[in-house]
Amino acid sequence: MSMSALASARGAGRGRRPGLRRGEAVAGWIFTLPVLVILGVFLLVPVLMALWVSFSDWSGRGSPLSSEVGFVGFDNYVAVTTGGGLAERDFGVALRNNAWYVLLVVPLQTALALFLAVLVNRAVLRGRGIFRTAFYFPSVTSSVAITVLWLFLFSTSGVVNTVLARLGIAGPNWFNEPSGVLHNLLRTLGVDTGPQLLTGHGFLGLTWWDWLAGPSVAMSAFVLMAVFTTSGTFMLLFLAGLQNITPEVEEAAMVDGANAWQRFWRITLPQLRPTLFTVLTLGLIGCWQVFDQIYTGTQGGPGKTTLTPAYLSYQSAFLSQEWGQGAAIAFVLFVIIVLLTVLQRWILRPADGVR
Amino acid sequence: MRAARRSVVWQAGLYALLALLALVYVYPFLVQLATSVKTEAAAAADPVSLVPDPLTWSAYARLFLRSDFPVWFANSAVVTVLVTAGRVFFDSLAGYALARLRFRGRGVVYAALVAVMAVPTVVLLIPKFLVINQLGIYDSYAGMVLPLLVDAAGVFIMKNFFESIPASVEEQARIDGAGTFRIFWSVVLPMARPALVTIVILSFQGSWNELSHFIVSAQSPELTTLTKGVASLASGQLSQGSQYPLKLAAAAIMTIPVAVVFFVFQRRIMNTSEGAVKE
Repeated sequence: MSMSALASARGAGRGRRPGLRRGEAVAGWIFTLPVLVILGVFLLVPVLMALWVSFSDWSGRGSPLSSEVGFVGFDNYVAVTTGGGLAERDFGVALRNNAWYVLLVVPLQTALALFLAVLVNRAVLRGRGIFRTAFYFPSVTSSVAITVLWLFLFSTSGVVNTVLARLGIAGPNWFNEPSGVLHNLLRTLGVDTGPQLLTGHGFLGLTWWDWLAGPSVAMSAFVLMAVFTTSGTFMLLFLAGLQNITPEVEEAAMVDGANAWQRFWRITLPQLRPTLFTVLTLGLIGCWQVFDQIYTGTQGGPGKTTLTPAYLSYQSAFLSQEWGQGAAIAFVLFVIIVLLTVLQRWILRPADGVR
Repeated sequence: MRAARRSVVWQAGLYALLALLALVYVYPFLVQLATSVKTEAAAAADPVSLVPDPLTWSAYARLFLRSDFPVWFANSAVVTVLVTAGRVFFDSLAGYALARLRFRGRGVVYAALVAVMAVPTVVLLIPKFLVINQLGIYDSYAGMVLPLLVDAAGVFIMKNFFESIPASVEEQARIDGAGTFRIFWSVVLPMARPALVTIVILSFQGSWNELSHFIVSAQSPELTTLTKGVASLASGQLSQGSQYPLKLAAAAIMTIPVAVVFFVFQRRIMNTSEGAVKE
């Protein structure tokens, strides 16, 4: 968007009345100075400091820049990725939990947001406002307040289980249930333990069988919460995208006899591609940063099944005083987010020659 | 005829589905309000009911009269007002410079801002603490407010807005001999009201709902904000037993200010997100 805008703005002012524009350079720097200083001091410097801490043995006492703090090379990174100890296993567990969370939340929130947008877009103008408001409202409330509400809704004898009981279903013990959803599913089919191939080998201190446990029941409640709170925001993005679509193509398809289902997949969805890309990217980035909900609701429990890398990073540094490891986890997480975003960008790239 | 009847059935089905979905989205908040005025026994006995029987305000009384809740509320209010004021002023100042003033290094400043926006906030938890601690402003309002005082996204919104309005008015003021800051303050800023309202909404919402930054920038009870306080309520401090009416009352009060802002500026909020995509 902005590079071309910048270029044109630059071009527009060039070469006119130089005398009146004297002092502009000074003013430009003074005007941007507060933003630069604050972002520099509280963003750039901190990242550099944390990078140093991730390579140090700082214990949290005194300044990390003092001479007593030693350089330990990649020790902290090794501890959390290949150390073979608890730190590695915790990181593996956190990655597993968050990966399942992403795998469920991103498609669900995108599909639901698109579905809501299509429905709302079909409503007459006045109805549109009301429904839009209802679906968007959860997005403006704080994650802390929503988590508190969710703990109540999904408590053992809470709203969700009461409703399920009326339908004749015995609801689980949501936030106290560490068992994995996929493992539970296999158990109903009579499979209690995995094959030797999966239980005998593993990655990051976790057997493949444990990687495939699926999100725990407790994590599933967080998945539902994320879908509930974010679908409204993304619905707005899709609504905007839908309103930019020209009706002519769809009308032509209608004349050609395409039914509503075909028209959606063949005509509407391809035109929503840029919005879809934005939603998937924002969803992916957001989902890898789950922190507030875990801090407020479960602190990683039950059985560490809601531990996420973001919370683990906080916990290692602030609660266990393992500052080097906490910082290392944060940087590994950063790399994961960047890599996945690039990968997604590559997968969703427009086909050659087609715009 | 047949087609018309079919479309009526379609429409009825559409609205029924929309209404059902809307109920699912709104019902949790109704339960929240209803439960906050229930007794604990009633909340446990029938969590689904929206009718509090008996109705009691004891959760609210306890929060306001016998807990730190008023302190939390006051802290959140102070921080939110300061952060919002700071962002409105500094974001528009920088946005104006990037949109209108020609100076060497503008491209670098712009690129730096783009880079800043790409950094995921959760990576900054430990880093921010380190710097706040190093500067000696840990556990103070300064540490809580200063790092939030500007935001790159806000600068972008202001920059885009300033680029969209014609420069002729400023040119006239310049010819009349006004200085750059004069022009910015008394000519440009008053025209920027729509964009400023957007900044106010986003900053208000962002700082009122902020949690992680306050976790890493302060620890004393006098500096606890609503988000931190209510999170501690949720994990069981201050309460024996489940205490759901108390927790939900706290969550409800916490939601009110953002809900008010949302309903007052509803149209603009929705249009803002729409505008953001069209870019």
